[in-house]
Amino acid sequence: MTQTLSQNEDTITALATPNGVGAIAIVRVSGPNSIESVDKIFYGKKKLQDCDSHTIHYGKIIDKNREVVDDVLVSVFREPNSYTGEDSAEISTHGSSLIAEKIISLLLEENIRLAEPGEFTKRAFLNGRLDLAQAEAVADVINSRTDASLRGARNQLDGLLSQKVDSLREMLVNTSSLIELELDFAEEDLEFVSLQQVLDNINFIETEIDTLMSSYSFGRIIRDGVNVALVGEPNVGKSSLLNFFLKEARAIVSEIPGTTRDVIREELSIDGILFRLFDTAGIRTTEDSIEKEGVSRSRKAIEDADIVLFLNDINTGFSNYLYNEIKELKSESRILKVVNKIDTNHNVSNFYDVGISAKTGEGIERLFDKLKEKAVGSQNYTEKTAVVSNIRHYQALKKTKENLIGAKKSIEEKLSGEFISVDLRNAENSLGEIIGKITSEDILNNIFAKFCIGK
Amino acid sequence: MKSYDIIIVGGGHAGIEAAVSAAQMGCTVGLVTMDKNAMGRMSCNPAIGGSAKGHLVHEIDALGGAMGLIADQSGIQFRTLNKSKGPAVWAGRSQNDRKIYSEVALKTVLAVKNIEIIEESLIEAIEENKQIVGVKTLNCEEIKCRALIVCSGTFLNGLMHTGLKSIKGGRFGELPSVGLTESLVKMGFEYGRLKTGTPPRLNKNSINWDILEEQPGDIPPKPFSLRTPLNEFPYIPQLSCHLTYTNQIVHKILEKGFDRSPMFTGRIQGVGPRYCPSIEDKINRFSDKERHQLFLEPEGLDSDLIYINGFSTSLPEEIQIEALHQIKGLENVEMVRPGYAVEYDYFPPYQVDLTLETKLIKGLYFAGQINGTSGYEEAAGQGIVAGINAALKIQNRPEFVLKRSESYIGVLIDDLVGKSTSEPYRMFTSRAEHRLILRQDNADRRLTKYGYEFGLISKEMFDELTKREIKITKSKEFLSNTKLQPAIINEYLESVNSATIDSSEPIDKLIKRPEVELKSLLASIEKQNNGFDLLKDETVLEQTEIEIKYEGYIQRQIELIAKIEKYEEVLIPLNFNYNNLKSISTEGREKLSKVKPRSLGQASRISGVTPSDISVLLVYLKS
Repeated sequence: MTQTLSQNEDTITALATPNGVGAIAIVRVSGPNSIESVDKIFYGKKKLQDCDSHTIHYGKIIDKNREVVDDVLVSVFREPNSYTGEDSAEISTHGSSLIAEKIISLLLEENIRLAEPGEFTKRAFLNGRLDLAQAEAVADVINSRTDASLRGARNQLDGLLSQKVDSLREMLVNTSSLIELELDFAEEDLEFVSLQQVLDNINFIETEIDTLMSSYSFGRIIRDGVNVALVGEPNVGKSSLLNFFLKEARAIVSEIPGTTRDVIREELSIDGILFRLFDTAGIRTTEDSIEKEGVSRSRKAIEDADIVLFLNDINTGFSNYLYNEIKELKSESRILKVVNKIDTNHNVSNFYDVGISAKTGEGIERLFDKLKEKAVGSQNYTEKTAVVSNIRHYQALKKTKENLIGAKKSIEEKLSGEFISVDLRNAENSLGEIIGKITSEDILNNIFAKFCIGK
Repeated sequence: MKSYDIIIVGGGHAGIEAAVSAAQMGCTVGLVTMDKNAMGRMSCNPAIGGSAKGHLVHEIDALGGAMGLIADQSGIQFRTLNKSKGPAVWAGRSQNDRKIYSEVALKTVLAVKNIEIIEESLIEAIEENKQIVGVKTLNCEEIKCRALIVCSGTFLNGLMHTGLKSIKGGRFGELPSVGLTESLVKMGFEYGRLKTGTPPRLNKNSINWDILEEQPGDIPPKPFSLRTPLNEFPYIPQLSCHLTYTNQIVHKILEKGFDRSPMFTGRIQGVGPRYCPSIEDKINRFSDKERHQLFLEPEGLDSDLIYINGFSTSLPEEIQIEALHQIKGLENVEMVRPGYAVEYDYFPPYQVDLTLETKLIKGLYFAGQINGTSGYEEAAGQGIVAGINAALKIQNRPEFVLKRSESYIGVLIDDLVGKSTSEPYRMFTSRAEHRLILRQDNADRRLTKYGYEFGLISKEMFDELTKREIKITKSKEFLSNTKLQPAIINEYLESVNSATIDSSEPIDKLIKRPEVELKSLLASIEKQNNGFDLLKDETVLEQTEIEIKYEGYIQRQIELIAKIEKYEEVLIPLNFNYNNLKSISTEGREKLSKVKPRSLGQASRISGVTPSDISVLLVYLKS
């Protein structure tokens, strides 16, 4: 009696394009409630539910505070003619992963859950949209993900997190054991632990989980990198600065204003954090059609940037005009006001966040510090800190915390151990999801190892 | 040549349940035992039930099995453990008169028609084309059968150790069963050795009872079986147990014998249970513990024997006596029989299916200690499942497999097959992920439907249960529809230190407060309200209250079950070739090939199979 798994399936979502910056990011939603759920956050000409399959619709994604998250295009697919074979919607946003994640988090509040790795493809296979060879490839992907996570580039990060989660889980197992001990071995001559001790343990674990959760925004930065748009009036030395950063000439540097026509992208690592620098062509209104194209690209680079490095020339002074233009695209707190050419004039105003000389290198170290500070705030990050960089992990931690709160409530209500245990076990499973460990034997093994059982 | 539908080897707790259920389902049963007077003999402690084991007894009873009835009729003390905790962990436990237990067990078996007792020892199982066709006895007699259920306990090549002396035997004074293991190995089965132990037996009249702490039973005692008439219960006089403790001197003496311990010297190869260690093991592993608790349990009304629970040992006899004499109350004790360890053959249970039929030979079933379990209740739970399934198969009816989410028996068998235990397996409530639902008090609501379906439960009992279900549903409706005014209920709420209410609230909402009790709440408002006649029935009241009070928690577990059960319904073909799965882990592939799980759910619980193996398998299963 094999049941088709796609029946009664829940609705899932995930980013369908690679993390980081691309031309666009696509959020895929699949499952019975997909179209209806996207409708709840999408404002367009008509309801998606009323739209035909294989149609594309322009509109805005609006959050709970009625603020526009982004202008998007939504494609509607109805079963069985979608990638997964289920009702699906694909939301194309501007290429910032921040926006995509914001949209995903809005969807998660609509009773949609995050997809497992390879789950879209799995569903596609289960619904007969893929053949066996393709499915085999998917199976390999699912598996290689686990293998790759042992080797991959972000290994150290994942390793630290796993260690941390593992130790918290072990502590939870210990705490559960204390409760189980009393339930299964009430007749034994054992000293049972006080509920206060259990509560203390839970509180400790909860605090640790809070710390991990608060590292998420920061972890995301470490994982995805920080986008920095380099903006300034022509000839303030943007390209020279870029070159200084990279110690090699990639951008064309000349004395003629407006010669950097394209957005140049370079990567730079400061204390383990990846910064992506986008040199912009300036955003001054122009009649030159080639320049025009460059201007529009620049504006987009600013919109997508985590930080805007606004460069000024100490000799020509602060460009209020340009600053106002940038402020329309980016909040002030994300703008770093930098003044260049301090080798020619040492009189640097406090108005600037930092003064540098792209020619001599003076002030560059301070600029690095400022960039780092803007990116990660005042968080005390060392390479030995466990951070959460994956939204799946974040969700699992959130669930763990909810479970722990449930357990504490049972203790407060003076309920017996088997009730406290329900939530503690769920918490263990939630943590186990992060590190791929779920087993009920652990508790008994722990009891047998630590307590003298057997009358 | 004699012929039966089913032959059952062994008249212990598994054998009895298997015989009684299969015969009641209409099969002819030959029950082979070396000595019919040893029917249901309690090899170790004279007690039934306890934490999680009490749950098993209730489940066996709800299915129509014999254990609860036999325990009730032979019980000399009844207690409910964990009474201070929630209903899910309440567990019944009885002390039993060892002799009466056996007598009642024999009477129970003899009372069922279709069962013939054969006092013999089996030496061979006979198969043709991988199907059981008969057995051969020690006297070289052949008996034909269509199914064989092996419930051999500790008898297969049993070897008893006391110090460096060892004697062949399955139990004190009884011969081992030799030949059957070899015959099964020849068929291709893998076997292993396990070990268990038992404490010395003491003479009641040589103990200084006056200085020992007494532990009486509950008043009134509560029977296991729903079929035990309360007006006749308890059937026999009730007795107390007593408590004493070891001390440092005792530990020193026992340590002197460690060099002659069959355990520590490596004479015993079998693996013993961690939860029921010998006293020498406890001293050795937990050397900082200053004393260990011991229970002195009477073996029966007319018996002079006392069982010293907690003092299981296989140290030399003279060490045992010397140590006992240093224990409070036992200064002059006479040791009637020394403790011993017993080693026996078992067949790692990955070799059986969830019906307990072996995967290798059709019509062959294993139940009880042969599957690596320990405990009377674990054995009986398997016995009834094996008996029912053997009968169903002969009658060409669909098999009977209990789910983890509906019974401890289901948890037990699923764990055995999937985890293929390497130490004697004992049930604990913590093994059941659905503990809040698998309670003693609702065992009948969970399982009696099956007992009725198989003809093991009477129609009256089943009808009564059905009526009760309706009453429970109606009671819940009543409690949720009846709102109480503050004026009516606040006085009661104050009396139980619960917050008073400002506007009227339905009763079921108030019941959710931990300090509020349904019975006393109803009593307090009896004058003002009519309509809860339904709740006059104590069992209805109890079930209704539990379901309302713990609804949130139970709901959370039910959701968890639903999530897991989706995987239970994804079936894996019997001869699925795991070697085709390139992406599965090596260990996962090995374990899966060995256990041959029937469903993805079962596969996911096998130790060594990773979540990613399960994802891969899921994808493949759909091809």
